[in-house]
Amino acid sequence: MKVLWLQSGGCGGCTQSLLCHEPRPLFDELRDAGIDFVWHPALSEASGEEALAVLEDCAAGRREFDVLCVEGAMLRGPNGTGKFHLMAGSGRPLTEWVQRLAEQAKWVFAIGSCTAWGGFSASTPGNPLEACGLQYDTDTPGGLLGKGFISRGGLPVVNIAGCPTHPGWVVDTLEKLAIDGLRTSDLDEIGRPLLYAEQLVHHGCPRNEFYEFKASAEKHSDLGCLMENLGCKGTQAHADCNTRAWNGAGSCLKGGYACIACTEPGFESPGHAFQETPKLAGIPVGLPVDMPKAWFVALAALSKSATPKRVRDNAVVDHTVVRPGVKKGGK
Amino acid sequence: MKRIQVGPFNRVEGDLEIGLDIDAGRVVAARVNSPLFRGFEQILVGRDPADALAVVPRICGICSVAQSAAAASALAALAGVTPPPNGQLASRLVLATENLADHLTHFHLFFMPDFARAAYAGRHWHDDVARRFTAQHGSAVAPWLQARARFFNLTGFLAGRWPHTLALQPGGSSKAMTAAERIRILALLREFRAFLEGRLFADSLEAFAGLAAFDELQAWAATRDGDFALFLRAAGDLGLERCGRAADRFLSYGAYELFPAGLWQADTGAQPLDMTRIAEDVSHSWLYGDTPLPPAQGETRVDADKAEAYTWCKAPRYGGQVVETGALSRQLVAGHPLLRDLVARHGGSVTARIVARMLEVAQVVPAMENWLRAIEPGEPFCLPAPLPDSGQAVGLVEAARGGLGHWLSVKRGRIERYQIIAPTTWNFSPRDAAGTPGALEQALVGLPAGDDAPPTVQHVVRSFDPCMVCTVH
Repeated sequence: MKVLWLQSGGCGGCTQSLLCHEPRPLFDELRDAGIDFVWHPALSEASGEEALAVLEDCAAGRREFDVLCVEGAMLRGPNGTGKFHLMAGSGRPLTEWVQRLAEQAKWVFAIGSCTAWGGFSASTPGNPLEACGLQYDTDTPGGLLGKGFISRGGLPVVNIAGCPTHPGWVVDTLEKLAIDGLRTSDLDEIGRPLLYAEQLVHHGCPRNEFYEFKASAEKHSDLGCLMENLGCKGTQAHADCNTRAWNGAGSCLKGGYACIACTEPGFESPGHAFQETPKLAGIPVGLPVDMPKAWFVALAALSKSATPKRVRDNAVVDHTVVRPGVKKGGK
Repeated sequence: MKRIQVGPFNRVEGDLEIGLDIDAGRVVAARVNSPLFRGFEQILVGRDPADALAVVPRICGICSVAQSAAAASALAALAGVTPPPNGQLASRLVLATENLADHLTHFHLFFMPDFARAAYAGRHWHDDVARRFTAQHGSAVAPWLQARARFFNLTGFLAGRWPHTLALQPGGSSKAMTAAERIRILALLREFRAFLEGRLFADSLEAFAGLAAFDELQAWAATRDGDFALFLRAAGDLGLERCGRAADRFLSYGAYELFPAGLWQADTGAQPLDMTRIAEDVSHSWLYGDTPLPPAQGETRVDADKAEAYTWCKAPRYGGQVVETGALSRQLVAGHPLLRDLVARHGGSVTARIVARMLEVAQVVPAMENWLRAIEPGEPFCLPAPLPDSGQAVGLVEAARGGLGHWLSVKRGRIERYQIIAPTTWNFSPRDAAGTPGALEQALVGLPAGDDAPPTVQHVVRSFDPCMVCTVH
């Protein structure tokens, strides 16, 4: 399966993250699954005219490829010209290259939230770069390729959203496609592969005991739950970050800071400070997905009243001060 | 004379185009175009100042932590807070992990594949280089990716993930390392050292870092089978220690308390920095502006149809002069005898820049081991850092590619101005109002180019390890 990769209005972090693939080195993993790059801007030898020739052959339908992976927002500005990113050496807007190549690709993958939804610019008042995603303008279908776009392989754009994407989300989706194929039933309502987006970040959260008892962190580096005060959206964000380790052992929650819901459209401008939880009458505005508010309020009050001393004390310090009790004589 | 546009100039971070005027097979003038505009200085204005911690890492996926560190440092200055020792050490470990990984990713994946090109077939080192460094397939690539992924496990423990962490806070680190984690991280560092000493250097880090003159380095390279010695033999054959000289003024903001801040020139030695001498010229950028502005008063307003402009990059100058920044600058300001010797002979060069990165790797890994041992689990990692309603602050760090500065102004609890000068903005700047070309533009003049020329231009451009997405933040 042949993959052609382009980068535009993004930071390149999804490629950098991809190179962190474990346990096997990325190229070995992909090669043995029958996947290779036709061209990748950060990784291929071909440069300049050689590279442009490859892209032109692909865009003109003279060279077959399977998956077009695009990394970075589509920059349509200024004034619709696309001049905010003319692909080097070609003098043509990158948006034009993407449109031509998307017509030839069997499948089109949006790598990262910028590509899927439009990135920081699209979520900033006035959208200074006139940015959009491949098939979305933040949370509205549309984007560069349009709401009705279906690739030759019969799918809308596959939105591997995340900022950055986990290497496993990209590799597993490519391998799923190579082995079984991909169907719309493999994607959620906004095009994200269910293999990582059918979970919530909250699932497997190492702070879950603190969450259960609403024993909340009050300041950075505290061990407690980050939902009540420090802006955590793990109970609302779709991703498997706490069951699929980042960089061997990590996740945002394990790193001591809030999930900012980087897989969701519009996460870049949440309407409140990223690391503070907006509240109404002392209750977080953003409640866990699927949780009726009255139940949440009632359960939170109950669990707060039942919080063990260990959990309450440990929540507001940066290292365990009360260890779990040990039963005498193993009983 | 003919003019060519070279691009997409790949195996750099982001998109890059180089315009070359060529006469009789040599470059007579170069124009560096950063063809992608990112707009982050506009995106930050009006936000809560602490939100910079979530926004700025996303300027760059390869210098993400450096951007975080610069913002955290500016916010700490604004709050008047100094992080506790544990917080400083933990943040420093995360930044060093990124910087060293960047140096080695550059070496293995971006820089070396050009030496595997067919254009060099027949050179005595070519078969060996092609076997080890051909893009994606070389035998050195997979071991590096493995070592890199494992090394980045440090960030899994210390920063949640890489790139794009919120662990670096103005008051310290949001992650308080446990005693158990400290042991596991020390093991990861040992594993990384074993990769470096076994495969890259084929020697101990301390022995390599102790090489004190260019002759010693060449003698060392002649007897080693490591991947880095192979580069040195190829570079010696191609004379790359004489290629890619820029302005020979070297700027460093200082890093890790190992590398001091300063400006180094051969004739004056290392001088202290005077930050008031920094200003950005936009005469050849697609941006409005008449006079160079210091970053604390800087502006970023698009003027896409400006006639004389050819890039989205500004032209920062120090006292009106072009400077170069990066690992070589750090070593020269700090006074490493090997780099001082190499630059005294031939000025800044491809070889000097690459050797400086590897020296930094060899020096900083042992330092990381020491920082880790100095961390005391149980002691604080983070202090509260409440921000004032208004004020101005600067955050300066050394990213892998050189000095990175954030100039922040806050008014009534909102970001009023946020100006960034990234390392590659210095190195890949366009001409200024006086017509003086930027560092890379100078470094390319005189190189062979055009049909049938060897890929020397490729080596010189990549010797700076450009990060274009930072450049055009």
